[in-house]
Amino acid sequence: MSAVTPSAFGKRERAALLDPILTNNPIGVQVLGICSALAVTTRIDKALVMGAGVILVTMLANLAVSLVRNHTPGSIRIIVQLSIIASLVIVFDQILKATLYELSLELSVFVGLIITNCIVMGRAEGYAMQNPPLASLMDGLGNGLGYALVLFLVALLRELFGAGKVFGFVVLPLAKNGGWYVPNGLMLLAPSGLLIIAGLIWLLRTLKPELQEKD
Amino acid sequence: MKALETLLARAAPHFEPGGKLARFHAIFEATDTFLMTPPSVTRGASHVRDAIDLKRMMTIVVIAMLPCVFMAMYNTGLQANLALDPIKLATLAGWRHDIMRWLGFGYDARSLAQCLFHGSLYFLPLYAVTLAVGGFWEVLFAVVRRHEINEGFLVTSMIFPLTLPATAPLWQAALGITFGVVVAKEVFGGTGMNFLNPALAGRAFMFFAYPADISGDTVWVAMYGVNAVDGFSGATLLAKMRSFTEPFNDAAADMSWATAFLGFEPGSMGETSALACLIGAAILIVTRVGSWRIMAGVAIGTVAMALLFNAIGSKTNHWFAMPFWWHMVLGGWAFGTAFMATDPVTAPFTDKGRWIYGIGIGALIVTIRVLNPAYPESVFLVILFMNVMSPLIDYGLVRGNIQRRKRRVQA
Repeated sequence: MSAVTPSAFGKRERAALLDPILTNNPIGVQVLGICSALAVTTRIDKALVMGAGVILVTMLANLAVSLVRNHTPGSIRIIVQLSIIASLVIVFDQILKATLYELSLELSVFVGLIITNCIVMGRAEGYAMQNPPLASLMDGLGNGLGYALVLFLVALLRELFGAGKVFGFVVLPLAKNGGWYVPNGLMLLAPSGLLIIAGLIWLLRTLKPELQEKD
Repeated sequence: MKALETLLARAAPHFEPGGKLARFHAIFEATDTFLMTPPSVTRGASHVRDAIDLKRMMTIVVIAMLPCVFMAMYNTGLQANLALDPIKLATLAGWRHDIMRWLGFGYDARSLAQCLFHGSLYFLPLYAVTLAVGGFWEVLFAVVRRHEINEGFLVTSMIFPLTLPATAPLWQAALGITFGVVVAKEVFGGTGMNFLNPALAGRAFMFFAYPADISGDTVWVAMYGVNAVDGFSGATLLAKMRSFTEPFNDAAADMSWATAFLGFEPGSMGETSALACLIGAAILIVTRVGSWRIMAGVAIGTVAMALLFNAIGSKTNHWFAMPFWWHMVLGGWAFGTAFMATDPVTAPFTDKGRWIYGIGIGALIVTIRVLNPAYPESVFLVILFMNVMSPLIDYGLVRGNIQRRKRRVQA
């Protein structure tokens, strides 16, 4: 197979796109990228922007790394990957500052820290270095989507039970504002992110027993 | 008794594998072995089987806790009756007061029966909710996983309401015990597999999720608010002492040490009386159900750390001067030492480890009380922290032992 020309969208590309969303979810199965999943999931809008950032960076980084994979000497490949990822992260950070300034202030360092997100590096090194560009692009998109999906679910639960809102709209009227719902303060603290992710992993492994390790 | 035995024997086949109720074997087994001595006999090489199994052990813990339950109900009623302004009695509303009026009970703080009854209206609903909700999860997991249900939950469900303030909302208690049973215990495989004490994990959940209802100065006395006498403060002794502006003494506490020891003060329901906890601790030690090493360790750690702070001294922080005998009657110290630190599942299993664990708990309790202004009470968080440390303590000690014996063999 020719290495540089992208092959057609076949079985491999579809698997690369769909697998990481559920059966090989980067957070739920590989347990990567947990740090940002705790930090930015107190509100859905923050989680979605963060998810979009990771989708974009993983996708384009995979594409770029895959395009130059045959010209990259093995000894400096990590440096090459890092410079590609870092450039993409900086571009995304600048776009965010230009368009959604308030949100970028709240996300603060976590956008810049996408560069250290294990998922991005892991996919570049583990997949894009061995696979053609289109499959790599799909793999990056799939992993980003899998990450964003978990972030969205966690943020949905945390915003709903921690503040009684969804997307900033009041769903459960708070008792202190005359409603009936007493917000759960734990949901706004970082450990709740960990607990919810653990619960999602439990659910995933119960639904798909083949994910469980043999003792 | 005979009739009961026949009934159980006749019902048994339905719950055996293949019987029509086999799915609910766990529930039958729990009832059967709770009422009767388990029929199981030894099959392997050891031929001695003690009748004191896990169920009997846990039952002893429940019995040891009864003095605390009695004090919880009496003191809750007493504090409420003391705080109540007799002029405003007629304005009291709510189902508790309806029951009191209907049964002809008054609000006399000097009457044992009236205090006990008033307090029981706060303790019993919390206890019932804990039993029902926690029991539901316990049975659900046992049935789905085909485990045995065991009496460990009776202990958890009794500790849990005792650690709550009398005013804790019932739905929050239901959420708390759900968290304790499901997240702290069943997720890790059920009884014996948990590394955190489920009752404490449930309380920690409530502490962080609903701080307004479980900490502060307004939650400890069941009558706080408009109906209280003038100048009434519902703060616990620990919280009061935080605002001291002069070195510690009994007069500043506005209460004698003996009163605090007996437990006539606001606080979480079961923890105010060090005396009741002491009786419980004695029962646990005599029956060898609770580890005396852990309890002694906590006491030693507390005394040593308190003496150290006394010796260092501080001009601005008056907690430094607090004597250790006051530390021991305040907050959850006595209750935690007797019933929570000694939980055999979450404490180390080596004897040396138990000493380290106990001393660590005692020293940390005093350190956090004295140095950390954010938490006036530290006992339950400290015990949870040491719960996490206990496998590490055991690991180190076991490794050390293996190394020592290896050297002896090689020499």
